[in-house]
Amino acid sequence: MRSRGRRRILYRVKRIVIIGGGTGGTMVANRLRRENDVEELQITVVDRDDAHLYQPGLLFVPFGLERPEGIVRSRREQLHNGIDFRLGEVDRVELEENAVHLADGTDLAYDALIVASGSTLLSEETDGLRGPGWGESVFSFYSLDDATALRWALVDFDGGRLVVNLVDMPIKCPVAPLEFCFLADWFLRERGVRDKVEITLATPLDAAFTKPVAGEHLGGMLEERGIGLETEFATGRVDGAEHRLVSWDEREIPFDLAVVVPLHGGAPFVARSPGLGDDLGFVDVDVHTLQAKAAPNVFAIGDAASLPTSKAGSATHFEAETLCANVERVLGGEEPEGSYDGHVNCFIESGFHKALLIDFNYEVEPLPGRYPEAHLGPLPLLRESRLNHLGKLAFEPLYWHVLLPGREVPGIDATMSMAGKQAPKQGGEP
Amino acid sequence: MSTMTYAGTAVEVDAEGFMIDPSQWNEDVAAAIAAEAGIGELSDRHLQVVHFMRDRYLESGTAPSIRTLGKASGVPIKELYELFPKGPAKLAAKIAGIPKPRGCI
Repeated sequence: MRSRGRRRILYRVKRIVIIGGGTGGTMVANRLRRENDVEELQITVVDRDDAHLYQPGLLFVPFGLERPEGIVRSRREQLHNGIDFRLGEVDRVELEENAVHLADGTDLAYDALIVASGSTLLSEETDGLRGPGWGESVFSFYSLDDATALRWALVDFDGGRLVVNLVDMPIKCPVAPLEFCFLADWFLRERGVRDKVEITLATPLDAAFTKPVAGEHLGGMLEERGIGLETEFATGRVDGAEHRLVSWDEREIPFDLAVVVPLHGGAPFVARSPGLGDDLGFVDVDVHTLQAKAAPNVFAIGDAASLPTSKAGSATHFEAETLCANVERVLGGEEPEGSYDGHVNCFIESGFHKALLIDFNYEVEPLPGRYPEAHLGPLPLLRESRLNHLGKLAFEPLYWHVLLPGREVPGIDATMSMAGKQAPKQGGEP
Repeated sequence: MSTMTYAGTAVEVDAEGFMIDPSQWNEDVAAAIAAEAGIGELSDRHLQVVHFMRDRYLESGTAPSIRTLGKASGVPIKELYELFPKGPAKLAAKIAGIPKPRGCI
């Protein structure tokens, strides 16, 4: 919200360094730029390349619903005037020195640091994932190259066992593997070969989704579509030569085509930065203020943070409001405020031009109801509708033109609301 | 929430049997919970994992995930599945007397 108005923070120019020019980094850079004069605040965004990927689009690439080249734009061009964009690989952050060291030897000194470097795919941590069969019968869709390669494999897939597997949580967009199953079911029906394909979702979770009400509903949707669900499957290795996934406790799932979502970790520089991250390389932050536990002038946003909420663009957008206000507070010598509640919402594509919408936070699981208004909606929660599908499609231009510039979406609050949600009755049934 | 008695000690547990108050825990309680879960006698390797989990939980407020266990407990993931079949992180947390690891999403 801009209702607080512009803050006068300083006497000398303060320097903010933002690592990462993706969803979170771009949003907060633009928002901070708008709220602060150039004479007061210098903003530098550093990233290793100039390719900003619209990540929600990756899901659609394998089904030919999105062109690979259509979801990438220049990072620099998404940043407002008055923001310095640097190309460079971060070697490490030295918290004691208040400096970011780049691999080319340059140092960027900061008064406040925002880590927005997302997550990294760790395919190499799963034995055999990039071994025999990779690109032939074993694929993924979490990078542009992987999603594009899978496109050609799916076009040619006429029958057999399709296994969709997430190796372990946390992953970006935890509903994406489910959406992939729903879209595959639809895609294969359209192609007239669905009856020749067995689809299975293999998950380490004990249900289709982590939260009980949504887990049951989404599990039911898999069942209706004849999609198998293997729960508590902790992938130990991918055996491409023998066409099977093998779990740590020696369960096996045979496949003809495997779509594997690899392990995720933080950006590699986090592990090289003393005290900054947790075991997985995510930055340990206060879950409500987004301030790093390691240093008061360091913050993290989005996938890079170790928050117990979804790694998703909507969560990042809701975090941005809290984060920007807290960066300004800390630079002005004040204490941060804990206003982020874990709010996230996601459209779940279910095929046949329909989608679901879920809306939740740290405390409240996804529930049925209406969003954003209690009676008017217009979007139904946890139920398939065409309107939600249109919402998902409308999200793409909204992303480039409203979210990245750091603006509010009219009618959508950063804090979750219970209005319109149906709380589960005692006993668990909604 | 209900009360269970393990090895003569009364402890508060949640609906799934995870202890609510880690300070009510001792190694005898751990042995009794393990026996109930069908694990049999706790070896030194079991206890290494259990103590690692407790230390991490008491230090950070969250139970470590299986990946953290594999990287930092000194016991590789494969062996964790042998020691604590099915869900090592969940089962070890139960025996360690700490709350159920949050499904992190």
